[in-house]
Amino acid sequence: MNTATNATPDSSGVVPFGARAPILSLNNIDKVFGRDVVALKGMSLDIRTGDFISLLGPSGCGKSTALRLIADLIHPTSGSIRWQVEKTPGALSVVFQEPSLMPWATVADNVWLPFRLQGKSRASVADDIAEALELVGLENFHNAYPRELSGGMKMRVSIARALVTHPRIILMDEPFAALDEITRFKLNNDLLELKSKIGCTVVFVTHSVFESVFLSDRIVVMAARPGRVIHELHVNEPYPRSEEFRTSSEYVAHCRATSDALRDAMEEHA
Amino acid sequence: MTIADPITELPQVDEEEALRARRRRNESIGRWVLPILVITLSIWLWDRIVVWNELPHYILPGPGRVLQALVEDWAILFDSLLVTLQITLGALAIAVAGGVGLAVLFTQSRWIEMSFFPYAVILQVTPVVSIAPLIFIYVDSRLAGLLICAWIVAFFPILSNTTMGLNSADHNLRDLFKVYGASRWQRLRFLQLPSALPYFLGGLRIAGGLSLIGAVVAEYVAGTGGIGSGLAFRILEAGYRLNIPRMFAALFLIAVTGVVIYATLSFISHMALRKWHESAIKREV
Repeated sequence: MNTATNATPDSSGVVPFGARAPILSLNNIDKVFGRDVVALKGMSLDIRTGDFISLLGPSGCGKSTALRLIADLIHPTSGSIRWQVEKTPGALSVVFQEPSLMPWATVADNVWLPFRLQGKSRASVADDIAEALELVGLENFHNAYPRELSGGMKMRVSIARALVTHPRIILMDEPFAALDEITRFKLNNDLLELKSKIGCTVVFVTHSVFESVFLSDRIVVMAARPGRVIHELHVNEPYPRSEEFRTSSEYVAHCRATSDALRDAMEEHA
Repeated sequence: MTIADPITELPQVDEEEALRARRRRNESIGRWVLPILVITLSIWLWDRIVVWNELPHYILPGPGRVLQALVEDWAILFDSLLVTLQITLGALAIAVAGGVGLAVLFTQSRWIEMSFFPYAVILQVTPVVSIAPLIFIYVDSRLAGLLICAWIVAFFPILSNTTMGLNSADHNLRDLFKVYGASRWQRLRFLQLPSALPYFLGGLRIAGGLSLIGAVVAEYVAGTGGIGSGLAFRILEAGYRLNIPRMFAALFLIAVTGVVIYATLSFISHMALRKWHESAIKREV
């Protein structure tokens, strides 16, 4: 196995987990809401360059709490969150379950937002905006308003907004949960294509075993009451993964293993 | 043997669609024709009641008589209209500035909101007729007194609507602004103010009518006449002189002013929101 610190793909095209440069680590995080609601207990997680991590678990297992902690929207009760690289503005971006676009702004202006908040004029980042919109296949919709777009297209704008600053980490909180199955499959494929193209690092919260296996190379299975990590599974399948992966025997095996882990998680507190 | 080309058969409007199209057409005609018809009928009925009952004009003047008063007294009435309009628009402008300013202050600080919101409510629920006499005791300038009265009536819908709008910004977007390190000012400027716009415009439409009512009520209370009096004073004055046609003419002008203000504000609201807000978007079907 390649133990060099700089990440180089092995023969199968997968960068081994140990060889990836760390970006951010969570060390033994506890989060207690109010007096006694333990949302998260003893969570540790290293996020490394190029990871596609799924946080999978039942409702109340603290996966969204973990995401909010990483985003620095809430702070841990104990434990620490350390950035291993310099944290610049725009180093982290978030995609929510709803597209959460500004309805009064055009698609391009919505994508401009992260830069606008840094005080950059639209002209100075026009290329970045165009590039991000092209990556999500909306290059012809710069001047459209969100209400003119379908649910899937709105989600693409939301992803473009997250990509535009070239973030080190993209957090996605069940981004496709509200979409229909066909659109979700399409967006899953497109997300993987994006990943191969720009090699982004993603932390992805989901309820779906199938989605987590198809998308990620690390699946962190969590249990509820108190929220905690109980398994971590690796999906050592090379990217880009095609639609055929969905019907392969490897995929089925990974899904079975993940389902078993999830069942463990459900039984932990039952 | 010929088989009918299925393509040529396609563009056939079925019964339901035809019915819908017909209903839509009738509705768009009716929207204009019906109110005009009702108004014409009412005026005609009014005229007939006066003629049939031989009512004297100092009890109930006919529509012709009112029109005559409107034309003959136009110079006086128009001057008064300008005065009322000036107070109405002045009060509305201060209500907008004060209402939006206070709303922004309230959303910037929970402490300020908790301290002062009760006063806004008290000001709102106390009838202006009962405060106005006091105001005219303490405020020397009659114009300033009138403005204050009209403002009290008009500012509350703007304040409460705008406050609600500023607080109704998408919570995910709030989080996103935080993630990107937005300043308080950026959040206000790029997120909260645009979110509040539809709410503010709704409040503005109400406030437009209310500031006219406030101006008229304040004039009634102030009651002093002479040069520079508004329409309300003309109504009072005409009433004392049993000049009922002029009363009706002044009343008519006030009503028309109210409608024009409402229509103007609705138009402004539509233009500001037509590109993105649900309320201003026409839907198919």
